[in-house]
Amino acid sequence: MSNLKGRNLISITDFSKEEYIQVLDIAEGFEKNPKQPILSDKIIASLFFEPSTRTRLSFESAANQLGARIIGFSDPGGTSVQKGESLHDTIVMVSSYSDLIVMRNPIEGSSRYASEVASVPVINAGDGANQHPTQCMLDLYSIRKTQGTLENLNIACVGDLKYGRTVHSLVQAMCNFNATFHLVSPEELKLPSSVKMSVKNAGLKYYQYTDIKDIVPIADIIYMTRVQRERFPDPMEYERVKDSCILTASMLKGCKPNMRVLHPLPRVNEITVDVDSTPYAYYFQQAQNGVYVRQALMSAILGVR
Amino acid sequence: METKKELTVSAIENGTVIDHIPTQALFQVIHILGLEEYKEEVLIGNNLDSKKLEHKGIIKIKNKHFTKDEISRIALVAPYATIINIKDYTVVEKFQTEVPSHIERFVKCANPKCITNAEKVPTSFDVVDKVNLKLKCHYCEKFTTQETLAFIK
Repeated sequence: MSNLKGRNLISITDFSKEEYIQVLDIAEGFEKNPKQPILSDKIIASLFFEPSTRTRLSFESAANQLGARIIGFSDPGGTSVQKGESLHDTIVMVSSYSDLIVMRNPIEGSSRYASEVASVPVINAGDGANQHPTQCMLDLYSIRKTQGTLENLNIACVGDLKYGRTVHSLVQAMCNFNATFHLVSPEELKLPSSVKMSVKNAGLKYYQYTDIKDIVPIADIIYMTRVQRERFPDPMEYERVKDSCILTASMLKGCKPNMRVLHPLPRVNEITVDVDSTPYAYYFQQAQNGVYVRQALMSAILGVR
Repeated sequence: METKKELTVSAIENGTVIDHIPTQALFQVIHILGLEEYKEEVLIGNNLDSKKLEHKGIIKIKNKHFTKDEISRIALVAPYATIINIKDYTVVEKFQTEVPSHIERFVKCANPKCITNAEKVPTSFDVVDKVNLKLKCHYCEKFTTQETLAFIK
């Protein structure tokens, strides 16, 4: 067992395969018993430099359930950041007020930098289009929980695979577990070649599709993401492809019984509401799992688990 | 004739000669090495005939010897430059530049949303491909390539 005390979690590559599993195992314990006052002597700084619903509430719920106290802000308006204080100075100051910093900031690389200037550990809660490692860990938790394993699975990723950072992290993390990847996206939003290279370098296979129907019978996990209109320079092009990445309940006929649909949320129209009542929908439980995974991460990094 | 070409830029007694610089990279090399600020004699030639490059740039810097680390920086723009160390008009060392595996402070991250472009954070890159220059930013994890390479002023 690794000692995760004092570690930062900035990028999904900061933890080894064994360390992911260690965190997932700890999270399982919190799922069984989420309310434990083990962090009652800790102060967690929750610094959200841009709005977030799920991630912030999930971190704060996780901390509250463990008895920690939370300081911070959910919007930099009204703080010294708005007066022009540098990230460096904000982090140095907050370090002296807290035992752990959870930070979301739209500037890419800001969390890595914060971890270098902070005197307490930093957990990245999203740095722009770069990394969002706790989302990836809750995705892994949800996959393991629904499939009983992380090994040898058929992972289908659907939607905006070009800009979707959750997909990039998930694919990279699942490269540790001998996955086969099925990638469904419009031509314009294919997975970047650097991520495909990670799959190849791991000696694994990926297949590309443009129609979601092709992957329904083979997938163990269908990981849906939102295709955003603003990604398309030509609105006609968006109109042409937008329906190719929408999942409806009727399309799920013929899927494997163990198959589950995941989505990092928020969803707009890419999963129709009729999917919610099928046994395959798992996205709301997935969001709930975020609390257990964040409890596990915070308690391990603070040296309590 | 060969001797006459060599004399286009005069010999130096002590210092460094940087030869075989691609003509378009000459001024970048001067900048990277900070030669604008150098107070002693610097001889600069460009568009000189070259057997190796057809046309080349050359810089002779009097009484200055660079560390291999300093000199490796210029490999980003002049990957086949030759470095010649001279003492008493004699060549004491001659080697080709080599792209380093890690670069700090002098290359700009090509990602405008990177923290290094938003605040006063020194840049830091791992060189992931030395042949087709590809630098991975330590902070934002995006790539800077030969096409997007720019230096911090």
